[in-house]
Amino acid sequence: MTAMTREETEALIQEVLEVYPEKAKKDRAKHLAVNDQSIEQSKKCITSNRKSLPGVMTIRGCAYAGSKGVVWGPIKDMIHISHGPVGCGQYSRAGRRNYYVGTTGVNAFGTMNFTSDFQEKDIVFGGDKKLAKLITEIEGLFPLHKGISVQSECPIGLIGDDIEAVSKKSAKEINKPVIPVRCEGFRGVSQSLGHHIANDAIRDWVLGNRDESKFESTPYDVTIIGDYNIGGDAWATRTILEDMGLRVIAQWSGDGTLAEMENTPKAKLNLLHCYRSMNYISRHMEEKYGIPYMEYNFFGPTKIEASIREIASFFDDTIKAKAEAVIAKYKPMMQAVIDKYKPRLQGKRVMLYVGGLRPRHVIGAYEDLGMEVVGTGYEFAHNDDYDRTIKEMGNATLLYDDVTGLEFEEFVKRVKPDLVGSGIKEKFIFQKMGIPFRQMHSWDYSGPYHSYDGFAIFARDMDMTLNNPCWSQLTPPWKKAA
Amino acid sequence: MANIMIRRDSKGSYQFYLPKRDLEDTIVSMEFDTPEKWGGEIKLNNGGTYYIEPQTAPARLPYSVRAKRLDAAE
Repeated sequence: MTAMTREETEALIQEVLEVYPEKAKKDRAKHLAVNDQSIEQSKKCITSNRKSLPGVMTIRGCAYAGSKGVVWGPIKDMIHISHGPVGCGQYSRAGRRNYYVGTTGVNAFGTMNFTSDFQEKDIVFGGDKKLAKLITEIEGLFPLHKGISVQSECPIGLIGDDIEAVSKKSAKEINKPVIPVRCEGFRGVSQSLGHHIANDAIRDWVLGNRDESKFESTPYDVTIIGDYNIGGDAWATRTILEDMGLRVIAQWSGDGTLAEMENTPKAKLNLLHCYRSMNYISRHMEEKYGIPYMEYNFFGPTKIEASIREIASFFDDTIKAKAEAVIAKYKPMMQAVIDKYKPRLQGKRVMLYVGGLRPRHVIGAYEDLGMEVVGTGYEFAHNDDYDRTIKEMGNATLLYDDVTGLEFEEFVKRVKPDLVGSGIKEKFIFQKMGIPFRQMHSWDYSGPYHSYDGFAIFARDMDMTLNNPCWSQLTPPWKKAA
Repeated sequence: MANIMIRRDSKGSYQFYLPKRDLEDTIVSMEFDTPEKWGGEIKLNNGGTYYIEPQTAPARLPYSVRAKRLDAAE
């Protein structure tokens, strides 16, 4: 199928909206748009960060998911208590594949679930005593943990428990930081506010802890911020930065530790990958400590090269020379990957619907493989994310904010992409429709996808999915034309 | 009145950030922009207008300051 024209895409949006009642139609129309690169401000064509419409299937998460799942969860040497009923923590446990080094249950706790398991009596009489008891118990059972964060679930906010008071008292008792995070799920319209709350908690309770202590710094200290080490992403990124001669002093928060976070204000430059979830803390450090931050993109060789050069521009000539050496070293390897997979993937069309940074960052990686992204959308973006996206996407492609189950299905049926990239909830719908699918939240149990090492895996995975012989076998023999 | 943060972006123009509403945008015009007198009415790219009490320019950006909303977009 050839690319759709502007009129066709607009007609498609209108057609999909047809099934909604009048009011819902009006609301949803604002969230769907045809991309126009000439537009400077996204707000003229798309509305974002608004409450989801009741009655539609949204794919968003909640503030607790943003705080515990994204920002705090991957910090490996802390214990994150899911304070409230057991479900929130248990059903999100280890699902994000934030890899870490350590012995689980001894000095690392990433894949474990700690919960206060609220019962009826805790709702009636309050759960403060239970929380205090739980923290004492943790200290006894897991003495090597470095700190505790209390991630509150909805009921905590509803019954008004004072987790701050308990945290302060318990922190004195166990002599380790105990950090209350007010990330009740009902706050905000999506996980985005959870990121903000989590960032604010880090700012208030963690960041200044080591301001007075001594730190042997070098002029080349950088941090990786907003990389959650999904399938080893942050490690792949770190290799490149270290090859450039930089010293990575902290990883936020994939494979990160509390000590690293406390030492972050000693860095010379904060490298920000996921802008949406960690710009808050980067801004704070820029103002308080004067550390500049830079948004980079480590998906696909073209973007990686541009990012490496931009990172190097913050440092002296030795780093710049090393950066060029790194680029030169990987160039033939990347060319080999492209030579191998581009002929198999050339001209294929992709639709994405993910969150954070991926709807715009991976476009470059697909383009390096000769593929085209024909539709993209964010679960929880703000206007500034769409401002950036408009420039990356081709004209007359689809943009959808907080897409509903119905809209996404209908778009895919009509646009007929060769590949869909979204999450686990969407995976099986599209696979049953006979469309190759990759989970772009957790890299479909593969990874890393970041950096040079990741690109080779990314290319292989896309080829493996797209050119899998199973897609031609979906029509049963009795339905085949004779 | 709300706290806002003003920083300079890579292109050299002022960026406005309102943490409470997660609103970030480019400042198109600032009434006073000299070292001695800085602030006044600021216009955002999205059409909103805010007011900062005119003051001496901050020594270093980013800078947090109280601002009054005169006319917010939407």
